[in-house]
This record gives sequence, structure tokens and C-alpha cells, in this order.
Amino acid sequence: MRDTKTSRREFLGKLAQGTALAATGGFVWSYLLASQARAAPFALRPPGALPETDYHAKCIKCGQCVRACPFDTLKLAAAGATIPIGTPYFIPRAVPCYMCPDIPCKAACPTGALDPKLSDIAQARMGLAVIDSENCLSWRGLRCEVCYRVCPVKDKAITVEHHPRRVSKHAMFVPIVHSDHCTGCGVCEKSCPTQAAAIRVVQPSLVQGRIGEHYRLGWTVESPITQEFRPGATPRKVPAKPGGLDYLNKGGEL
Amino acid sequence: MNTPSAGRRPGPTGRPTHLFVLPATLGGKLWVWRYLLLRRLTQFGVLTLFFGTAHFGWTLLGRPVLAGNLSGSEFLGFLPMADPFAVAQILLTRHWLESKVLLGAGLILALYTLVGGRVFCAWVCPVNMMTDGASWLRRRFGVKDTFYLDRRTRYSVLALALVLSVLTGVAAFEWISPIGMFHRELIYGVGLGWTAVLGVFLFDLFVLKHGWCGHLCPLGAFYALVGRVAPVRVRFDKARCTHCGECTQVCPEPHVLNLKQAAAAGMIASGECTNCGRCTPVCPEGALHFDLRARIRRGLKTVSDSDPSRRRAA
Repeated sequence: MRDTKTSRREFLGKLAQGTALAATGGFVWSYLLASQARAAPFALRPPGALPETDYHAKCIKCGQCVRACPFDTLKLAAAGATIPIGTPYFIPRAVPCYMCPDIPCKAACPTGALDPKLSDIAQARMGLAVIDSENCLSWRGLRCEVCYRVCPVKDKAITVEHHPRRVSKHAMFVPIVHSDHCTGCGVCEKSCPTQAAAIRVVQPSLVQGRIGEHYRLGWTVESPITQEFRPGATPRKVPAKPGGLDYLNKGGEL
Repeated sequence: MNTPSAGRRPGPTGRPTHLFVLPATLGGKLWVWRYLLLRRLTQFGVLTLFFGTAHFGWTLLGRPVLAGNLSGSEFLGFLPMADPFAVAQILLTRHWLESKVLLGAGLILALYTLVGGRVFCAWVCPVNMMTDGASWLRRRFGVKDTFYLDRRTRYSVLALALVLSVLTGVAAFEWISPIGMFHRELIYGVGLGWTAVLGVFLFDLFVLKHGWCGHLCPLGAFYALVGRVAPVRVRFDKARCTHCGECTQVCPEPHVLNLKQAAAAGMIASGECTNCGRCTPVCPEGALHFDLRARIRRGLKTVSDSDPSRRRAA
């Protein structure tokens, strides 16, 4: 009787110790994982990379995409880097992605962390180019437009607009990036002639806003409230009595 | 019965124990070190093939020789291979994987199930070179352990790795694995991974004997479970053994050399045996040899009929 009591107490003690040890280890381990994964938003990933959390889960850190890249663009993050350990990334100012049409890195990925459904490299969204207009030669008034000319998706991802200039009769030719076509390949960042690149590729989530559903751009033909302005459309019949409240014309009374 | 030589106890068979002596000739030494040399050859060979394919574009028949690393790879552009433990962790994060990596993990699992699960540890894993080195230095300088840790701790680490993969949504061990850091950085460029490997080395050397591979590594624990059914095992000839203990001196998992259990099974049955083969050449009596589980079982039956002790009893 005594023996069983002691052994039960011992057993429960051991159980508590084991649980505490596992929990402590688990907490430290989870902290390491969380701090590793936090570095992610700044890293530029190979074409077809899944959204961050799925990508982190699926990448097996084998480096087959790195080996498959013919331009040595991709690197595998070593321990201690600011990029999650063992995952592929690239630094466009060093070597950009040259957008191979057969996407060999994606083809080499055994797990599907690089989406196997990506068949057109122009559909890849590795990042988004943003222009520092304070340091861009074109925006400062010089003729440059290098980014526009090297862009593999020229006239779609980067266009040049001419702005009038106050002090002379020569116009400014300024590059504008369009997010619906920019693949984030980084060829522009690589070619930018300023000392530190004035056009840089970053993760879209870091710089891109969202306009929200509740705004209506009334002057665009796509807007549902301006359908009658579409060329050739029959104008909507104007109701005899206007709808809504017309309190402004009634001395502020509702 | 032989008279025991001076200062030696007679073994259980009545014969005197005598200790292992390293042969003086180079040929003899090489023969004793044959499995050690073969293991270093496969360990370096695998890393070299990965490195050469990644950096020098090594091809065979126009195809990359061995692309990737130990987590996932492809041989000659058609044969996928993958770490089954890593794949298990990823699947536990509730992400389905492409068939290529699933097939690769299945192939590797089948391979190590055949040759003995922890064959990975002794014959392929690059960390083995570091921990074997630490173990050798320990033997030379007689370093003592600083604390005791149960060798079953690794199964708790294994369980923790699987649970944390579910909870955190990333393959928990792959993100902190010193093994992963070591082979990745040897193949794809060096970062701070060497600090983790140095940590393992110092831990093994000064803190706990066989500390990493023998107590903590969840990948080793995974392969130990796989190895329980492996056909390739070390055969133990009870009649020859004199209990000199030479085998346990070199064994990285000496508890698997439980001679009572080995005598009953006719082999080193534990999945924690890495099939490294260190024990077989150092046994002065030749009581330990690689063999197949099925043959050992058959042999056990026939030997028990002709067992000398039995004959004497009869």
C-alpha cells in the first residue's frame, strides 16, 4: 500500500517535471520560431512564392531553386541573417531576377512553396518597385528614364509621363510604376544610376495602401453611378422628384 | 577449461578476456577502420556531390548530378529524395505538398527502413563527423559528464517538434536544426550556422557524452523508430563473447549493446543502433558482424540445437 502510494507520488512528480520541461523547451523553441519568421516582410522571394505564412510552412529549405537559377540571383538565407533561415531570397541591387520565361526556379521547387500554377513569368509578383522622387534623376528634372528603358515589362509596369516645368520650357519626363504590371524583378533597381538606387523593389504589403470599398470614383466610367456617361449608353431617366434629403435648400432644417 | 591469463577474468564462455589491440601494420589498421573510412567517404561524398552540383554545375548524361541538399534533392534530374521527418512536420502545419516531395520522402523512408533507420546518422549526417570527433577527444582526455540526461529525451524532443509544427504553422525542427544549418551552409554559403555546430561539438565534448546525437536529436529519434524493423542488423554471437567491453568503448549508443538482450535476440535489435559498424572490427573475439535480421533468426534456431552449453547439459 505504502509502496503504491510512494510510486504514485513519484509518478505524478515525474509527470509534472516532464511537463514543465517540455513546456519550457516549447516556449523557448516557439520564441525562436516566431523571431525567425518575423524577419520575413523585407525579403524578396523567387517568382511564384506563396503568401508569407504558407511559404514559410511549405519551403523545405532544400535550395533547388537556388541551384536552378541561371543568373545566380537566388541565395539561401544562412543562420543569423535578417531573412528567415534557409529560405531563398534575392537582392535586386546585387543580381535582379531576369524573368526566365520557363521559370526554372519554380520548376525545381519540390514542395510547391513556389506555386506550380504560375506559368507566365509576367504574372509573378516578387515585389513592387517604388520610386524615391526626391532622389530620382528624372523627377529632379534631368533626362534619365533608365528604369523605364530596362524594364522587362516596359510601358506597362513603368511608363514615362511628361510634366511641365516652371523654370524652363523643357518638360520633365518622370517614370511612374504601375502595380498591376510590376513583377518586382528588380532590373530597374539594378540599373538605377544614382549612388543608392532611387527606385527599389520592396514587398508590396510594406508600401501599398488599400482604398477601401466605400469610396466611389464618380468620374471613372467603371463606376456604377456614372453608367450614363459611357459613350453610346442610353442616359438614365431623371426622376421628376429628386430622391434623398434636400436639407441644404431648406434653411438647414431636416 | 583454459586457465585464465594473469590479471584477466574468464568470460562467460570460460575463455579468458583479452582486449582489442590495434594492428601495427597499415593494412591491418585500415581493415579495422574499414567502416569508419567508408562512413567518412559517404558523408563527404554526399556533401561533395551536392556542392559540386550547386557550384560547378556537375552533370552526368547532361543532367545535374545531385541537386538540393539533405532536406530535399533530386538525383540526375529524375529521382526525387526528401527528408521524411521534414515532410511530416510540413504536413502537420496543414499544408499539402506536391507529389514530387512526397514521393522523395517515401523513397528515403523506404531506403532507411531497409538498411537500418539510423544509418542516416552514422553514414550521411554531416554532424556525425563533429560529434564523433568530440567523442574521440573525450576518450583521449577522459572528459567527465557534467550532468545526466535520459537517452529517451530525444523522443520528447521529437514529439515536441511535431506538436510545435501544428501550433506554430512552420516545420518546427527545420527552423532551428543545427544539422540543417550545417549542410545548407556547407553547400550554399556560410553564415552563422557554424556557431550552432560548434555548440553541438562543445556540448558533446565538455557537457554530455554523445549529448546531441545520443540524447537530443529528434531526427535521430525519428530514424530510431524507423530502424526498429530494419533488416540489416549487427549479429551477436553469444558463444564467442567474453564480456571484455571493448565494443561499448567505441559505441556512440553503448546502451544498445545490452548483451543480455543481444544474446536473446542474437543481434543488436534496438532501433537506436546506428549501424555504424565501429563495434564489429574492435571485437577481439569476432562476436559482432553485420547480418540480416531474417538470417540471424534462422541461425538462432539452428545454433540453439548445437549450442555447446546445451550439448554439455545433455
